[in-house]
Amino acid sequence: MAENVKPRVRVPKTAKAGEAVVIKTLISHPMESGQRKDKDGNLIPRQIINRFTCEFEGEMVLDATLEPAISTNPYVEFEAKVPASGSFKFTWYDDDGSVYETTEAITVS
Amino acid sequence: MQLTRRGALALGAGFAATMLLPFGAAQAAVDEALAAFTGGAAIGEGGITLTTPEIAENGNTVPVTVSAPGAVSIMLLAAGNPNPGVGTFNFGPLAASQSATTRIRLAGTQQVIAVAKMADGSFVRTANEVKVTIGGCGG
Amino acid sequence: MSQKYALIGLVALAAVAGAAKADPVDDTLVINDEIEMITVAPAPDHLKDVFDVVRSGWLYRETETRDMQRDDFENPAMLHVEAAAAVWSTPEGTEGKSCASCHNDPESMAGVRPTMPKVNPNNGELWALEQYVNACRTERMGAEAWKWDSQDMRDMTALISSVSRGLPMNVAIDGPAAPFWEKGKEIYYTRYGQLELSCANCHEDNNGRYIRADHLSQGQTNGFPVYRFRTTNLVSMHNRFKGCIRDTRGEPFEIGSPEFVALELYVASRGQGLSVEGPAVRQ
Repeated sequence: MAENVKPRVRVPKTAKAGEAVVIKTLISHPMESGQRKDKDGNLIPRQIINRFTCEFEGEMVLDATLEPAISTNPYVEFEAKVPASGSFKFTWYDDDGSVYETTEAITVS
Repeated sequence: MQLTRRGALALGAGFAATMLLPFGAAQAAVDEALAAFTGGAAIGEGGITLTTPEIAENGNTVPVTVSAPGAVSIMLLAAGNPNPGVGTFNFGPLAASQSATTRIRLAGTQQVIAVAKMADGSFVRTANEVKVTIGGCGG
Repeated sequence: MSQKYALIGLVALAAVAGAAKADPVDDTLVINDEIEMITVAPAPDHLKDVFDVVRSGWLYRETETRDMQRDDFENPAMLHVEAAAAVWSTPEGTEGKSCASCHNDPESMAGVRPTMPKVNPNNGELWALEQYVNACRTERMGAEAWKWDSQDMRDMTALISSVSRGLPMNVAIDGPAAPFWEKGKEIYYTRYGQLELSCANCHEDNNGRYIRADHLSQGQTNGFPVYRFRTTNLVSMHNRFKGCIRDTRGEPFEIGSPEFVALELYVASRGQGLSVEGPAVRQ
């Protein structure tokens, strides 16, 4: 498991039903590309976040496949619409099998 | 990841590998990625917007935004990277728009390509050139 | 290798000889729609014969780089600030104390960064923020000192800087600080390395021009520690000084050396009135 991996998300606290809301996500992760060598010339093994998903109450908003060309501390911004109050679930999948999750509630008025 | 200038070159490639392969090897990898995404279907134009900086001050962190209203998924490729794949965004029913912003690594000045699969199964693409600065001041 | 540096040297000299002029942009920096930043200020008295105004390095960067600093969520340096905030309240060392034991919230450090470096009244030495942090650690907490350029130290100085964002740089250069300031000034105008370049050659004579593909700024320090795309991490001021001198093909002073602390004071004084931006975002 990569060290100090910490997800951050920004979701508005409230929204109108069906309104587009901007969601910003960032996770601290080195996104080791597998192309670099260490000081002794040995290849540093690839270790990246290879998939990111955002669901709202079990329904998909975004399911993204990420490659080593995504920058350190992967940032993904997108728009969601929600029919009713509930929670977003964000999931990041690490090459090493680790899964990082966080949830964020939104109130629909 | 601490990407040094040398590291960026290495990211550039399997550095040695790219240097040894004839020009066109990268194009083959791009063609392969496109074919895998489209299943060989024809790719049209229009209806897809890719926003990239004209000049990226460093290839480690290049913001890109892609938007294709009505798309099911959008694939991003960096034609000049050792591996052209960047990522694929699959939009679910609760996506308010078929658009996404992320930050990518570019090994040098090159074309960034976006291809969208539309709801009717058709494909469209667009591409931008991004100039990547190699600064004088490594710091 | 030497060929590469020789090339850099040639181009550097070409740039100094007068290359394309590209003015800094006219833009306004408000962080989180809340903190209004002063990115252009009247030059301090001691610099009036050189510049009319002093400008933040932020104005020399491309749009996408500038935008990343407008919102803490998009500024990757804030990951490091968050990491330091956790350390802030974690007891360490033989005394069982954390930073918070004495200083409460990190916000209590507002106003510290603009005055750094400053003379330590206890010993008459000019101290940078890193030294004050380590004095707390070793004397009050009974913890080990952090290395000047360690991740912990860069994260912590970013946290301490972040709570002063918007406040104008305001270092003391008179009284006990005067001799240090003079020493820093001397270093600033000394040509180093095989390229024989002083800080002033690039950042005073040629700011706004390009050196290779780098847009030379005034070399202000109000944004440090900065998050650099190049390393995708925080870079300390002394590390940047070291890099600059290395690029002259010279032998840099040590990170944390009295020479660099003196230089830090002098360069900070050239940016009096500019808002603290640290941790800023740069290329």
